[in-house]
Amino acid sequence: MINQSPVLLLIMAAVLNGTPLLFGTVGEILSEKSGNLNLGVEGMMYMGGAMGLGAAFYYEQLSGGSASGIVAVLLAILFSFLGGAFGALIYSFITITLRANQNVTGLALAIFGTGAGQFIGEYMRVTSGGYVAISNELKAVFANSPFPAALQKLPVVGPLLFGQNIFVYLGLAVAVVMAVFLNRSRAGLYLRAVGESPATADAAGINVTRNKYLATVIGGGISAIGGMVYITTIAGCVWNHEGLAGEGWLAVALVIFCLWRPLNAIWGSILFGGLMILYLRLQVPFIPDQLYKILPYVVTVIVLIFTSLRNSKDKQPPASLGLAYFREER
Amino acid sequence: MTALETVHAIEFRHITKRFGKVVANDGIDLTLDRGEILALLGENGSGKTTLMNMLSGIYFPDEGEILVGGKPAAIRSPKDAYANGIGMIHQHYKLVDVFTAAENIALGLHDGGRLDRREIAARVQAISDKYGFGIDPNKKVYDMSVSEKQTVEIVKVLYRGADVLILDEPTAVLTPQETERLFAILRTMKADGKAIVIITHKLHEVMAISDRVAVLRKGQYIGAVNTAETDPQALTDMMVGHAVTLNIDRPDPVDPKPRLTVEGLTVLDAEGVKKLDGVGFTALGGEILGIAGIAGSGQRELLESIAGLYPIAAGSIRYTPDGAGPQELVGKTPMQIKQAGVAMAFVPEDRLGMGLVGGMGMTGNMMLRSWRRGKGVFVDRKDPNALALKVKESLEVVTPSVDFPVRRLSGGNVQKVLVGREIASSPTVLMSAYAVRGLDINTSYTIYNLMTEQKKKGVAVIFVGEDLDVLLELCDRILVLCGGKVSGVVDARTATKEQVGLMMTRVGGKEGA
Repeated sequence: MINQSPVLLLIMAAVLNGTPLLFGTVGEILSEKSGNLNLGVEGMMYMGGAMGLGAAFYYEQLSGGSASGIVAVLLAILFSFLGGAFGALIYSFITITLRANQNVTGLALAIFGTGAGQFIGEYMRVTSGGYVAISNELKAVFANSPFPAALQKLPVVGPLLFGQNIFVYLGLAVAVVMAVFLNRSRAGLYLRAVGESPATADAAGINVTRNKYLATVIGGGISAIGGMVYITTIAGCVWNHEGLAGEGWLAVALVIFCLWRPLNAIWGSILFGGLMILYLRLQVPFIPDQLYKILPYVVTVIVLIFTSLRNSKDKQPPASLGLAYFREER
Repeated sequence: MTALETVHAIEFRHITKRFGKVVANDGIDLTLDRGEILALLGENGSGKTTLMNMLSGIYFPDEGEILVGGKPAAIRSPKDAYANGIGMIHQHYKLVDVFTAAENIALGLHDGGRLDRREIAARVQAISDKYGFGIDPNKKVYDMSVSEKQTVEIVKVLYRGADVLILDEPTAVLTPQETERLFAILRTMKADGKAIVIITHKLHEVMAISDRVAVLRKGQYIGAVNTAETDPQALTDMMVGHAVTLNIDRPDPVDPKPRLTVEGLTVLDAEGVKKLDGVGFTALGGEILGIAGIAGSGQRELLESIAGLYPIAAGSIRYTPDGAGPQELVGKTPMQIKQAGVAMAFVPEDRLGMGLVGGMGMTGNMMLRSWRRGKGVFVDRKDPNALALKVKESLEVVTPSVDFPVRRLSGGNVQKVLVGREIASSPTVLMSAYAVRGLDINTSYTIYNLMTEQKKKGVAVIFVGEDLDVLLELCDRILVLCGGKVSGVVDARTATKEQVGLMMTRVGGKEGA
């Protein structure tokens, strides 16, 4: 790498740290757009992280030295998605079918998912001799840019546009696809109608239960990919006790920060990613790390205050967010 | 309707629907033809809406069959209803606030695919032009008036190609002028060959718009008559089973004296918009002062200001107790105002909202007014319990027990609990808003009588209502609000409905709200 200024390095690090957040946030936006406030993002990301790492790890073990990097990445994505989707499915059953309180269920899922993720991770660690790690060749596929070196060596735009890991591009694609889906497709309009006013959607012949289940389960899966991205890129493909450092909670805050819009989540996640690691890059004496670490939450509170003050109808959460729906019988 | 027309647009054959043990519809036979407006008349709980919900796919009949265009049809969902050309405009509009009119109209119509907003808007415009709706397809619903929202609902149904339209209490929230406009549209649609059902319990509207009236009573089909061959008295008899005089008992006020004097009252809402603008009036003890106005003209703000719940920007509210000089209420807390004797039986649109705690029983709700009286940390349940029993007895509240959650009582009983509690505190000023909203005639009369009894005791009753007929028959004077200003005060014994209706829209220059 040539001629990298501290600002460029900071941006690169912000993007790296923001990517797990981007997945977490876009997934949660999908869930919340259906009216389901799933606070279990942290849990789902844990499950995704453990499952994704496990998939890559066992795949490499079983393939006996001939592991393909692309297959490992795809398996990690698939299994992390399944892990989160499974967590979200439990949540959906409890809140949609049984109509339990969403906040309580979400918090329970956060705790359950954290524990389940830790269990899987520790199981892998203990059974494989105290250390879960995949080979450096595979790690490189997860952590390095998929673009040719020539492109990456272009000044400034090289590292910025072509020097990121594969999940950055995937995350951007997911966010853009999500935005187009929500705003430009009929299915997206119907889903938003379910989140705004399920009774209206029901009367219009839209299947409320199916929409809520699909959005929550797929959203949970997308969120969970973020957990896997964190483990395989930031944490260096190693399972450790520290886990996700609260990225799941930050994702919930980021959903509010970006006003339930996937495109806002792109720059929002980079901003939050930057705020998260600011203490490593911009050290001011006498200011403890902890103060830096609350910055993303402070920013969220400020955004909440401003959007509340402006009281714009377009910038509000989905109207039925957090409420269970059942057809009223007289 | 020609003699040749043998196939009915809709035919109900012996339809029965039960909810648990309650029979909501009992073997109903009813027909509807193209090019006619049928009024479906009945008291609350008579099964009108249930019957129509079976046509629109919300419920499915337990027995009997529905024929559409002469052929039996199984309507299991709103989608099936649309497939059969049937559309219903519900009492509570089913619209998504943050969507545009066009998005709401296209909702649920096709599965998957790209959302072509321009094409939808063009089709909406075409329907709007055909019937003269004049709606903007790209306007967001949250920017719309009630009347515009209703229009969107109607266009939504037409957009789906409905030939049979069902309107559930369409005029409940409209001004007289908006109602006229709606009726004009209904007549245009009738001329276009649509079959229209309008569910209502407002007799004058039945007389004004319908060709035929079908009456339901307690789930039974009583009969249908041609509107031209009947009169309101005959319809009322059919509806309630026994003759109910349309006249509300209204004794002349005895020894009225000023009780509450409001001068120059101005309040602003959170956005700084004037909700009340220089309102002044005097409420007399021993009379019922009616307050009329389009929904949202400042009625709620006025009552809340008097009760001390709304910040007051300017003006004074003076209260004159018996045998004492006037005292200023502005600046006092709700508790102080309450102790001074001003009671408020505020019944908001959702009934439970401000007055009662839904999950508590009658006893618990009685306690909400007396919790300060107890000593120590433990509440006293004995007195509230006795009061709850008394209210239950005297007002005939139908509840399994006084500890039964009020949320699960019917609307009329909830209102009785609320009004009963307020009266029990022996107020000198009693305020009520929309006390009879959604109640059937008999329960409404119970409430009217309660108000009149209080008036006889010398209480100054302030009655915010929406049915002008009731206001004109119940009240002594009527204060008309328009856009937060006093449009005028009329003598309810001599004023006409047209006069009040006009005053409701005149001040402020612009129509409707």
